[in-house]
Amino acid sequence: MMDQLTSLVQIKGIRDGLLATFADAPWEDLRVALLMQIDERPAFFQGARLAMDVGNQILKVNDLVDLRDLLSERNVSLWAVVSESPTTEHTSQLLGLATRISKPRPEERKQFADVSDETALFINKTIRSGTRIEFPGNIVVLGDVNPGSEIVAEGSVIVWGRVRGMIHAGAKGDRNAVICALDLSATQLRIADEVSAVLKPPKDPRPEIASINSEGRLQAEAWKQANPS
Amino acid sequence: MTAQVITVTSGKGGVGKTTAVANLANALAMDGKRVVCIDGDIGLRNLDVVMGLENRIVYDIVDVIEGRCKLRQAMIRDKHYPELYLIPAAQTRDKNAVSPSDMVRICADLRPDADFVIIDSPAGIERGFRNSIAAADRVLVVTNPEVSAVRDADRVVGILEAEEKGTPSLIINRLNPVLVKNNDMLSAEDVLDLLGIQLIGIVPEDESVIIGSNRGAPVVADAKSRAGQAFRNISKRLQGQDVPFMDLDVQNGLWGAIQRFTGRK
Repeated sequence: MMDQLTSLVQIKGIRDGLLATFADAPWEDLRVALLMQIDERPAFFQGARLAMDVGNQILKVNDLVDLRDLLSERNVSLWAVVSESPTTEHTSQLLGLATRISKPRPEERKQFADVSDETALFINKTIRSGTRIEFPGNIVVLGDVNPGSEIVAEGSVIVWGRVRGMIHAGAKGDRNAVICALDLSATQLRIADEVSAVLKPPKDPRPEIASINSEGRLQAEAWKQANPS
Repeated sequence: MTAQVITVTSGKGGVGKTTAVANLANALAMDGKRVVCIDGDIGLRNLDVVMGLENRIVYDIVDVIEGRCKLRQAMIRDKHYPELYLIPAAQTRDKNAVSPSDMVRICADLRPDADFVIIDSPAGIERGFRNSIAAADRVLVVTNPEVSAVRDADRVVGILEAEEKGTPSLIINRLNPVLVKNNDMLSAEDVLDLLGIQLIGIVPEDESVIIGSNRGAPVVADAKSRAGQAFRNISKRLQGQDVPFMDLDVQNGLWGAIQRFTGRK
C-alpha cells in the first residue's frame, strides 16, 4: 500500500527547485502521497521551492490553499502549479502561483496551437491588484481591472467595467488584437509589441477601443455606433 | 457563548491596524463584551505597547503553541476592563514559529469563553498574514486614503476572495476632511469606488490617537475625540447595530471654525 502511494508522485530536481509530477489518481490520494514523501525525508525537502505538474486534475481554491498551508508547515514553498485544466490554471493564477515553469512542456505548446479565434476566458469578477491573468485566447472581464493587476491575452481583451491596470492583447504578436472597455483609464496598454502609457486623462469616462492604427501606432478612440439606424 | 473571530489586516504597514485593534477591543469591552486580542505580529510585537500592557507580559503565544504554558497563563488582563485580555506575540522569534493550524486551534479554545477574538495581523501577505486569517470568521481591512495603501488593500481583498474567506469590510483610517475638500486627498468615495467592498467605518485624522497610543491608553475612552467616536461606532456595527455614519464635512465660516476648535462638530 505504501509503495503504491509512493509511485503516485514523482519528484525530481529542476532548475527552479523541485518538480512533483502526479499520476492519474484521486486528488486526496495524491496529496497524501506527496506529504508522505516529504515527511519521509524532511531534511531533503527543508526550505525547498516546489512546482507541481497536476495533469488533468481539476483543483479548487480550497484544495490548493490546504496543500499550500500543509507544505508551508513543512517549510516547503509552493510556487507553481502546471495543469492542462483551465479551472486549475485559473485557480493557481488567483492564488498568485506561476502556471508555467521555465521549460514549457511540448504538449502545452500543442494545446496552444489549437486555440481558435473564438476561444475566450470569461471572468465574472473584478481583477484586483497583484492578480495576473494569462490566457492563450481572448479574455472577457465582467468587472473592473484594478491598478496593479495584469491581463495578458494572445487575442483581444474586452472589459465591461473600468480598466486601471495593465492589459496586453496580442501577446504573441497578433497586431489585429484590440482592447475595449467601458472606461479605458489604464496605466499602460500593450498590443503585440506596441506600448502606450497614459492614454487620456481619467475624466469623462466613455467606452473606447484601442487598436494599432494604419500608421502602426497604438491608439484608443471613442466607441461609435457603426451603423446608425 | 461562542466568539466571533475578527482579523484586522491591511497589506501595507503603518496604516493603523494595531491602533484599530486596540481601540475596537476597548470599545467592545466598554459595552461589557468579553474580548481577547491576539497580536499576530511575531517578532515585531506592539499591540501590548498600544494597550499599555507591555510590563505585564510573562508568557506569549509561542509559549502556548510550544507547550511551555497554558493558554490562560498567556492571557493578560487589561488594566481597566476585567473582561478584556491580550495574548501577546513573541518578540524574539519569527513568523514561522506559528502555523495556520496553531491559530485555528487557539481560536477554537477561546471561542466558548469570549464574545470577540480580535487578531492583529502583521503587514504583508506572507506567512504571518496567512496565520492571522486562518481562523477568521470576519476580516476588516484597514486602509488610508492614499493610492499606495489602497492598492495594497485591493491585493489583500483579492487574496481573501480567492481563499474564500468572504468579502471583508473596510475601515478608512486617518481621513482628513480638509484635504479631501481641497482635492488633495482621496475621498472615501474614491476608495470605495476602487475596492468595491462594504464600508464599516471612517476614522478622521486626529492627533489624540497618536497621543493615546504612546500613552498606552486607546483614544476610544476619550468621549470628546472624533476618532474615538468613529471607533465606538465601528464597535457597535460589529455588534450588529445600525449606526449612521458621522458627518465629516468641513464646516465653513466662523461657526464651523469654532465647532472644529472646540472639537464638538
